[in-house]
Amino acid sequence: MTQPLLSVDELTVTFTGRGRRDVQAVSGVSFSVDQGQVVGLVGESGCGKSVTSLALMGLLPDRGVRVGGRAEYDGTDLFGLSPSRRRALRGSQLAMIFQDPLSSLNPVVPIGVQVTEILARHRGMKGEAARKEAASLLDRVGIPDPRRRLKEYPHQLSGGMRQRALIAMAVACAPRLLIADEPTTALDVTIQAQILELLKELVDQEGTALLMITHDLGVVAGLCDEVNVLYAGKVVESAGRRDLFAAPTHPYTHGLLNSIPRLDAPRGEPLHPIRGSINDNIAWADGCAFAPRCDFYTLECLAGTPGLSEPRAAGHQVRCVNPVLPGSAGATGGTTGGTAGLEKTEATS
Amino acid sequence: MSTKTEKIDRLAELTAQTETSSGSSLWVEAFRRLRASKMAVIGACIIAAFVVIAVIGPWIAPHSPIAQTWRGDVLPNQNVFVGPRGGNWLGLDHLGRDEFSRMLEGARQTLLVGVVSTALGFAVGAAVGVAAGAASTLGGRAGRRFDSVVMRFIDMMLAIPSLLLAVSVAAVLGQSLTTVMIAVGVVQIPIFARLLRGSMLAQGGSEYVLASRALGVRKRRIVLGHIVPNSLSPVIVQATLSLATAIIEAAALSYLGLGNPDASVPEWGVMLAQAQSYFDAAPSLAVYPAVAIIITALGFTLLGEAMREALDPKLRG
Amino acid sequence: MLRLVVRRLLQLIPTLLGLSVLLFVWLNRLPGGPAAAMLGERATEADRIRIEAALGLDQPLYVQYGRFIKRLFELDLGTSSQTGQPVWEEFTQRFPATVELALFAILIAVAVGIPLGYFAARRRGSWLDVAAVSGSLLGICIPVFFLAFLLRAVFAVQLGWFPSFGRQTTGINATEVTGFFVLDGVLTGEWDASWDAVMHLILPALALASIPLATIVRMTRASVLEVLGEDYVRTAESKGLDRRVIRGRHVLRNAMLPVVTAVGLLTGSLLSGAVLTESVFAFGGIGSFLRTAIDGRDYPVLVGFILFIALTYVIINLLVDLAYNLIDPRVRVH
Repeated sequence: MTQPLLSVDELTVTFTGRGRRDVQAVSGVSFSVDQGQVVGLVGESGCGKSVTSLALMGLLPDRGVRVGGRAEYDGTDLFGLSPSRRRALRGSQLAMIFQDPLSSLNPVVPIGVQVTEILARHRGMKGEAARKEAASLLDRVGIPDPRRRLKEYPHQLSGGMRQRALIAMAVACAPRLLIADEPTTALDVTIQAQILELLKELVDQEGTALLMITHDLGVVAGLCDEVNVLYAGKVVESAGRRDLFAAPTHPYTHGLLNSIPRLDAPRGEPLHPIRGSINDNIAWADGCAFAPRCDFYTLECLAGTPGLSEPRAAGHQVRCVNPVLPGSAGATGGTTGGTAGLEKTEATS
Repeated sequence: MSTKTEKIDRLAELTAQTETSSGSSLWVEAFRRLRASKMAVIGACIIAAFVVIAVIGPWIAPHSPIAQTWRGDVLPNQNVFVGPRGGNWLGLDHLGRDEFSRMLEGARQTLLVGVVSTALGFAVGAAVGVAAGAASTLGGRAGRRFDSVVMRFIDMMLAIPSLLLAVSVAAVLGQSLTTVMIAVGVVQIPIFARLLRGSMLAQGGSEYVLASRALGVRKRRIVLGHIVPNSLSPVIVQATLSLATAIIEAAALSYLGLGNPDASVPEWGVMLAQAQSYFDAAPSLAVYPAVAIIITALGFTLLGEAMREALDPKLRG
Repeated sequence: MLRLVVRRLLQLIPTLLGLSVLLFVWLNRLPGGPAAAMLGERATEADRIRIEAALGLDQPLYVQYGRFIKRLFELDLGTSSQTGQPVWEEFTQRFPATVELALFAILIAVAVGIPLGYFAARRRGSWLDVAAVSGSLLGICIPVFFLAFLLRAVFAVQLGWFPSFGRQTTGINATEVTGFFVLDGVLTGEWDASWDAVMHLILPALALASIPLATIVRMTRASVLEVLGEDYVRTAESKGLDRRVIRGRHVLRNAMLPVVTAVGLLTGSLLSGAVLTESVFAFGGIGSFLRTAIDGRDYPVLVGFILFIALTYVIINLLVDLAYNLIDPRVRVH
């Protein structure tokens, strides 16, 4: 086996607000991304997936945050690097695409400058050469009439165009790892598909590895090779895409898949949301954080943190004392009300 | 059966440990943040002390603030002044009156001017602001026109510097304590009006107002029941800050000779203005009222700023 | 751009018209107006009629208002009752002094306030931040006239580092070209005259700068703090850009937007402050003149001053508006 491009080992992120109790947003997350692979981090809002991505990029604030564990990129320890070395890595080797394209673009600086500034920083391009390259980048991400767009400001572009522009900036220096944090959440459904298509295309052409952060299992199904399901700051299940969808083993993953409304379901068939919300959890130290919302909960679930097991196919791991076994799937839907398990589940239908 | 209850109990116990505080109302939350803020506590203490002095000061004053009891002891023309001594803790002013008693009495006047003028500015400004804001959000085309006319007028008032506005009012109404209060109050009107209107417009465009309208809630109820209460917090913050401005503004009017013409009534602004003539010989006579004005204004400013922070949704964690 | 300027100028007309009506009513119709002031308390009915006729107060209101406006356009603001000189001339003579003072004050406020506010925000919670915030809170709580007086008493009278009054040391006999003494010295090469004028400006400008400075520090700090939390700053960081580029292009450029507007709105308080500061330092500008006009109830001067200030305020805010248009593409008209 070759060394993975990125390997994250027991990553923890703790917010230490002054005069408040420490909050651990990420508590021991491990996964890896191989060259050219698309890996998904899936979970509800608040499960720690965005914080994980920011920690990897080094974009968390200096104060009030403690990052633990290891993250190795291409053999170098990311957290051990000096700030300036990390800065040099950002944008050139590791790049990121954010959720809200409007607020992620500087409103008072023309698109062109926002693209050329990264070319100037990492590729030393200036003046007309940089502008030419910027135009060809915009062209590559599917923005028509790129020369004119360079002079325009973010508010003059449509939502989809803005996200394309952000993608152009992210791929400007041909990074080896691209992190996309919910890149389609703020967009219309039709545009979502286009953007995902574009990402897929770029990744396939360049052999870029992609870490896809999403709450949307539809996105996962269409894009990812490997999937890690996060709950309350820990990976609860990780598997290849096929395995995960064919045989979801953790009750949470199971619930997530069940809570997607299906067009082919018989009329009158009730939806199956996961009951409660991510706030109804217990500390991992006391047991399984998902226990309060779990349909398969037993007293054994409260005997300390469950470990990652290897129940079936290679690479399919699950953190559960009472995993859902094949065959029992769909037998129990949590019909006890509560909020829908996923934000915007309806958008995925 | 028993395992089931055990399961539930054990779970409830563990869930309770990680319970996050959420769901408290905006105002309760804001008050909690205020209490935790050092700025707010200091400000509130200063204000409380000031109010107490203003209320009971004249009763506990050891001497008459007006009687020129020790007229013979001071010779302002020859730079002879009397500093702190037994019986006159802060010394005598240029007419031989007890400075300490005058400071106590002055607190009441200063508070009176500050509160009455701010209340005036608040009342008129808020009324104008509500009218314009309501007309603009829910009054259709005619409403927006009304709003724009009113706002032009308000802009006009803003264009005249506060002191000059005060001068004009004083010139029209003649010089009196009432004039000072009206003058300082009038200056505040456009600030309150603009603030409340702007805040109402922001609320008026929000989705819950749209929802109420779609549900057919009566316009008057939307304005009074939803928009106004939700628009008030910046105005309340401004009122606190305005109390500080009003006290300083009143002092400036006194300095320009437009203050209360009855010079026998001690007021910190007048005392400061008068004491400046004797600054070289008796600087403390200017320092006492100046420090009193600054500390009082600081108290209101600190509380106002802390309130602004506590109510700012962006800062709420 | 030109269309915008024209539109904004047209928008000024109702404001100024309203102001002129207000002043007209104030000047002519209210108790305590000039007629009453001229008459005094012991006037007879015959005196009143005579004076009203002389002032044209017996004619219909619209005729009076028309005449008032016509005189305004002819720059005829009446004669000062104190000096007997036309108000317009009195103003143009004193105008440069006040402008020079106000410009100096705003220069100090901007040059010190923006960096201070910026660094306070960058190092939130540090001693610098605490000092900047408490200093600016204190700054708005000190009455301007007292601060002016204190500065004068300490640095001019006691220590003698600066002159204690006026704009120019007597006997310097500088050539007057524009009326802006600092500029005049530079133009004519009389450097000592320029220096002398600067020394005269420092204390009053410092006092006058207190409120704008405090405001700018606080606005800049709050604005920078807000911008630092914006998504686009995070994007800039994710691109691995130089700190310098992030600070200048992404943080400061956005953070300055509200500050620019605030500077425009400060004009009003700046001119109020000028009245107080100038009278402490006997500066000989419009402010000092107004002080005596208030004491002497010199109505033509007061009316002229209010019109003049309102016009200045309106024009400065128009300029600020246009500047804002240049730096914020979102409000640009296409």
